[in-house]
Formats: sequence, structure tokens, C-alpha cells
Amino acid sequence: MVQPILEMRGMRKTFHGVVALSNVNLTVLPGQIHAIVGENGAGKSTLMKVLSGVYPHGEYEGEIRFHGQECKFKGIHESESVGIIIIHQELALVPLLSITENIFLGNEQARRGVIDWNASYTKTQALLQKVGLHESPNTLITNLGVGKQQLIEIAKALSKEVKLLILDEPTASLNEKDSDALLELLLELRRQGIACILISHKLNEISKVADAITVLRDGATVAELDCTGGTLSEDLVIRHMVGREMADRYPKRTPDIGERVFELRNWTVHHAEHADRQVIKGVNLHIHQGEILGIAGLMGAGRTELAMSLFGRTYGQSISGQAFLHGKEIDTRTVQKCIDHGIAYVTEDRKGYGLVLDETIAWNTTLANLPAVSRNAVIDEGREFRVAQDFRRQLNIRSPDVYTRTVHLSGGNQQKVVLSKWLFSAPQVLILDEPTRGIDVGAKYEIYTIIAQLAAEGKCVLVISSEMPELLGMCDRICVLNEGAFVAEFSAAEATQEKIMRSIVTSGVN
Amino acid sequence: MSTTNSIPTPAGAVPASSSAASFFKANLREYGLMMALLIIMVFFQVQTEGTLFQPLNLTNLILQNSYIIVMALGMLLVIVAGHIDLSVGSVCGFVGAVAAVLMVEYHWHFVPATLVCLLLGGVIGAAQGYWVAFYKIPSFIVTLAGMLVFKGLALAVLQGASVGPFPPEFQLLSTGFISDPFAGESVRIASLALGLLMALAMLVAKVRERAGRSRHGMDNEPGLMFVGKNLVFVAMIIAFSYLLSSYKGLPNVLIVMLLLMLVYDFVASRTTLGRRIYALGGNEKAARLSGIRTERLTFYTFINMGVLAALAGLIFAARLNTATPKAGAGFELDVIAACFIGGASASGGVGKVLGAVIGAFIMGVMNNGMSIMGIGIDYQQVIKGLVLLAAVCFDVYNKNK
Repeated sequence: MVQPILEMRGMRKTFHGVVALSNVNLTVLPGQIHAIVGENGAGKSTLMKVLSGVYPHGEYEGEIRFHGQECKFKGIHESESVGIIIIHQELALVPLLSITENIFLGNEQARRGVIDWNASYTKTQALLQKVGLHESPNTLITNLGVGKQQLIEIAKALSKEVKLLILDEPTASLNEKDSDALLELLLELRRQGIACILISHKLNEISKVADAITVLRDGATVAELDCTGGTLSEDLVIRHMVGREMADRYPKRTPDIGERVFELRNWTVHHAEHADRQVIKGVNLHIHQGEILGIAGLMGAGRTELAMSLFGRTYGQSISGQAFLHGKEIDTRTVQKCIDHGIAYVTEDRKGYGLVLDETIAWNTTLANLPAVSRNAVIDEGREFRVAQDFRRQLNIRSPDVYTRTVHLSGGNQQKVVLSKWLFSAPQVLILDEPTRGIDVGAKYEIYTIIAQLAAEGKCVLVISSEMPELLGMCDRICVLNEGAFVAEFSAAEATQEKIMRSIVTSGVN
Repeated sequence: MSTTNSIPTPAGAVPASSSAASFFKANLREYGLMMALLIIMVFFQVQTEGTLFQPLNLTNLILQNSYIIVMALGMLLVIVAGHIDLSVGSVCGFVGAVAAVLMVEYHWHFVPATLVCLLLGGVIGAAQGYWVAFYKIPSFIVTLAGMLVFKGLALAVLQGASVGPFPPEFQLLSTGFISDPFAGESVRIASLALGLLMALAMLVAKVRERAGRSRHGMDNEPGLMFVGKNLVFVAMIIAFSYLLSSYKGLPNVLIVMLLLMLVYDFVASRTTLGRRIYALGGNEKAARLSGIRTERLTFYTFINMGVLAALAGLIFAARLNTATPKAGAGFELDVIAACFIGGASASGGVGKVLGAVIGAFIMGVMNNGMSIMGIGIDYQQVIKGLVLLAAVCFDVYNKNK
């Protein structure tokens, strides 16, 4: 048997008691393209960070062997020195430097601190030829498209004499042509004997290039598939990806669904920075009274972008489309107008976008609806106190009092404060973006109970979540968003994790 | 990881301890600042052999610091909103110059001239705030540019020379005292009465606030502490007004200053407008998502700063009785230092109006005291710099604890 280029055995890593990796094994053979697949949060990125030394030796358990040698990396420079190079989804290029400068950044072709530009230039030319990019080495990165930037990253890796190249979702932001070029390059590198780990959600791409697949789920390796022989069974992969049993983790509810309340027609949004890129592509959506509508999709599918562009245009540019409330078109151009129409948006990033952490529970609770606790623009502290007390009791926020600063609360309690804030604005349509991200199981159940109760009160609740069991457990209807468009819609009865995952991974193929 | 259903348990609320010690600890910053001011005052009172609290010196102390305090009110809001304004000194000088040209060279009446100058301040604030708020250009850069522009414009308006004197009615803004119809022999009775009235008003307001809080079942500071603190305040107000009354009475500018202080403190701590400024500085993204029009609000805080800088410029010009091209130079540093000594955070969202006022007084008393003691301007600056650093270190230490 061939000696593997990389072996990871029994990898385990925890963050403050939360298990991210519990038992991961990974074996990559020389000259192999090895795909790693798994849901969001399955542990793919953590595994790669362990491998590349971002989490240094000692912070994890398990054994890493590279070319048969045990490795104890203390940092990225050590893993790079043996030839393991990772290219992150967020490219690490300096936009205003040239291709040459970027490729040799931190690895300058210099003698006694003086850069030899001629040598750098010729070497860059050779590297660009290898990756099949016809650009002058003096071109600035900012003038290149994302696809070409991805190739520059690979050229940079080649300049460091890469033995094992790791690509994290390399084609996530590429169009089809650029994706094909990239995959072609990977096959070319394989011919030169460079092994490659490919993290991807796109099964069609994986089936094109991968020799082996490792499936991760909940921080553990659940399957190692060899696909050199024949065609790859997508069914098998999908089943492995989602295959967990669903426990009774959600409150019982009998949906009482009324008339259509809110509707979006032909909603189109362009990327906040790149005006030519559509993030949301003509989406139609409607939600009924008392309904919980789930929006499923992978990271980067455009779920948050959809919600925020709708909520006072807080994301994106050149937004077009219509929003209707009770059949009448409404103006959603500012957050205040949305609040006035009874729309509320609970952010996925409670620390960044939800709370003013230095301030108290009471203070945060009333922030989106200050007029309700004030007279002639003067805040009535007594009324504010009572409002905050009521919500603290209703939502069971655990804190000494309502004058506790929110920075001192746990994630679940912080989430409840953000919820209080939006419940106090008396919404009809409530958009919850990842309402249970990063909070413990008990608090999750409480949040689910609140959601169920809101729906029972006749509110429309839109839940965006990466956790499919959560959507299946709570929602009456699930829409699947992929690459800025809805690719499938399921009723609660017909939805399964397999169906949702299939609609995502097959949507790119047409 | 277990996935058993955990049904929410009733809140295990920790009983809020309301002992004096814990209350003191929670409000360490505020009490600490007051105490620091008192200690510094007593220190210089002793070191200057009683000169500091002499009625004449006390009056001077107020007159010397009035324009800094007026600007500190606006600067605090700018800093709380997460910005900085370096141009206030130059704006101060420029507006003073315009006032001088209008009143001395064009013989305008002081009322329209004052109004035009305040309006000019607002326009200057708007011109700078526009770039900061709507174009997201860092305020440091915009106001650094403003600092150069208005310093230059002041020179241009005055054509390099000093212009003065001002009409006597205008000078009263800085050098006048409230008139005394009772014609007291050694004590200005009207001033003293006003002082007593203020003390009484403060006491009534505090008691009513406390009653309101307990009516809503909110926590209050311990009773003994409440009584003690307010008695100290009342005694201080009465003592100060007595001292001032035994010289020429309460200066006009002190009344202007006190009114502004009360208004700004109220706006910052009690109104929706103030609340929104704190939210803007505390977390701009969260503020925006809560329906606050963050850009417009930033714009307004700069307009407000401009108007107050203009007022300070008028007060300063009236006090010197001339407008000079050098007027206002370096004021911005004293004003910003006052805010930071008073507990404002450079990253925004934190700071109190009264803190900034006390910060300005700490700087003022130190200036005054050290000058009387005969410490040279060289070491005065060294000491002031170290005090600023110490105050901010104390804040950071407190926060990380």
C-alpha cells in the first residue's frame, strides 16, 4: 500500500467546553484530490485550522503525520515550511499591491533586505504560466476578478513549493467558467504530483475531480469514500452528511395559518461592494398570518443579505422589487419605516449588530421603540424599567436585574434581550436570522417556545437558519435559497434533510 | 453532548445587593471624579496659602474656564458619538474675529452680530459634519483640515492685526455680573439669593427623582449616602455663591454656563435624542438596525459643536476685549482633555456631561493653582499631560477589572 502523504488520527478540539471536533480521521494519498464535505458547523474549517497550525499543537488532541513524520505545528509558518498551504475562502491578498508583490509577500526575493525585482518578476511570470493566467506581473490585484485572484493564490502557493494544497470553498464566489478553469488547474497539479484537499458543498464539482471523499458530521468522520473506481453516489454522500436522528427537541404546536400578510415580489439586490454582482436574484416570497416560514441554505447563499436588504435596505445596493403588506405595497427604504410597518429583524450577529454591549438590559430593550417609553422626547425611566422587567420575566432572562450590562450576559440571554427589543416594537412580521446560533440546548428550547408562541399570537415569523433540524422541527414551510435564488419549497410534511440538501447540491447543475 | 430536553427553570436571580459599599463601587467613576476635584482644590488651597478660594481668584477661575466648559459640552456629545473635533479652537478664534469686524469695523449692534456669529458657527459645524456623516471621512481628518482653514480665515479676516475694543454692552457677556438691586454692602444679596435658590432647586429635583424611582420599584442609592451626598452639594453651592457674592457677585457667564450645563445634561441623560447619540457611539450598526438615522444624528452633533464653539469664541473675545489672530490656539486640546479626564471613551458611547464639566474644572484648577504657586508653563504642561494619562489609565483599569 502507498504511504499516505497526510494522516490525521483521532483529532479532537474543544472551545470552552463546546466540542468542535470529536473524532476526526483523515487520510490523503500522494497525488490525490481529496474532498471534505459536511454541513455548516460539521468541523471542516476547524479541522483545516488544526492542520495548518492556526490552532497550535497542544490546543488539540490527536496525531498529525505528514510524509510519515509526526508534526507539531506551532503556527502557519511551520506548516507552510513543510509544504502544507491553505487558501481560505476569504482571499488573503493585498488589493493595492501588484501580483508580484503579493506572490512574494513575506517571502521576498531579497538579498540583505534589498528586493531583487528582476528575479521576482521572472519567477512570477513562470508561476503565472503554470496556473494559466495571462496577466502582467505588475498588474494590481484590485484590477483582477475573483476567479483570477484565486489563481494568484494558487500561484503563491506554488512559489512556496507546495506539497499539499488546501482549498476552502474555492468556487463559492466564482462563475461557472472560472470554476471550470480552477478545477482543470487542480487536475493539472495532480498530474505534477501535488496533493490537494478540496472543501466544497458542490457535489457536481467534487464528482468531477475528487479521488476520495471524507464526510464530516458533528465534528466526526462518518464516512471515507473512494471514488476512483466508478461514479459517485450523491445519495450516499447526502445521507452521510445529514444522517442524524431528530430527537424531540421542539415544542409541540398546532399551526393556525391565516391570510397572506407579507409578500416580496421580484426582489433583486446587488452586492454592497461589487455593484455588478447580484446577490439576490429576483426572489418572490410570501408569508401568512401565524405561519413560521423557514429559509434554508448554505453560508453565502444570500439569506442574511435578503433579510437585511428588505429591512430598511441595510445591505446591498441597486435594490429593486416590491414589498407588500396586507396586499398594499409598502415603502421599506429606511429601518424606521419598516418598524412603523411592523417589520422586525433579529440579526444573526447579536454582538455586532444587535446590542450596545456597554449598556444595560433596559436600555437595549427600548432602543428600537423609544417613543413608547417617552413623553415629549423625554424618557420616562419608570416606564422603561417596567417594560424591561416585563420582558425579563416573560422571556426568562437570567440576570440580577434589568440594569445589568448586556456584555455580562450569556449568549442565550443576550439573544433574549435582542428578542425583547424587537418584540417591544410590536411587529407583525418578525425575521429571525440564526436565532439559536451559539447558544446552549436549554436556551434553544426556550427560544423555540417563544417563536411558537409568537406564531400562535398570529404573527408571521420568518426563520433563517443553517441548522436544518431546527427548520424541520419548527417551520410550517421551508424555502431553500441557493446562490441568491429560491431553488425549492417544501411543506413541513414533505420536507426532509435529504430533500433540502439535494435541492442545494443539484441546483448548480441545471 | 447531551440533547435532553431542558425545560427552562425559573430565573435564579441573584439578589441585588444594595449596601453602600457596593453602590459606591458601581459608581466609582462618578464619585471618584468629584473626589479628585475636591482633593485637587484642597491641595492647591493649602499650597497657595488660601489664595485659590479667595473671591477674586474664584471669580477669575470661572471666567478663565467658561469658554472651555462651553465647548466641552459639545465636544462630549461629539466624542460620545464616536468622533472628535480638532477645529474648535480655530473656529473659536475665527468667530471672535468675525464678531470684532462686525461690531468694531461695521458698527453692528451686538445682538444681530451675536446671532450672526452663532449662525456662522452652526454653518461651520454643518460644513464639517457633512463630510463626516455622509461621506464617512474620518472626523480627525475633516476637523484637522477645518483647524487649518479657520485659523487661516481668522488671520485673513483680521488682516493680521488685533481688532477691538468691543462695545461695552457686548463686554458684559464676559466681564459683567448680575446686578444687585439690594445694594448690599459687603455681600451682593441678589447673587447670594440666587445661589441659595439654585441649591434649593437642586435639592427638590433630587428628592423628587428619588421618590419617582422608588414609586416604580427601582433601586435607589442607600438613603444615608443620598442625604450625605446632597448635603455636600448644597453646602458647596452655598459656599461658592457666598464667596462669589462677597466679591462682585455671580458672573453673567456663570449663569449662561450653568443653564447650558443643565440643558445638556438633561438632553444627554434623559431624552430620546441623547439616548440615540449614546447608541450611535456604542454600536453604530446596532443603532442603525434599531431605526436610528445615524448619519443625520452625526451631522447634528457637529452642527451643535459649531454653535457652541462660536459661543465660546464670543465669550473669549468679550473677555479679552479684542479679537487677535492667535485667539483660540490650543483650546481644542484643553477641551478634549477635559472630556477624557471626565470619563469619556475615545471609542465612543461612554461619557457624561457633568463628567466633562468636572474634567474641565480639574484642568482649570490645576492651571490656576500651579500659576499661583509659580510653577513655570513648561512643567505645568508636563503635569497636565500626566494627569490626563493617569485619568484614562484609571478608566481602562476599571473597565478591565
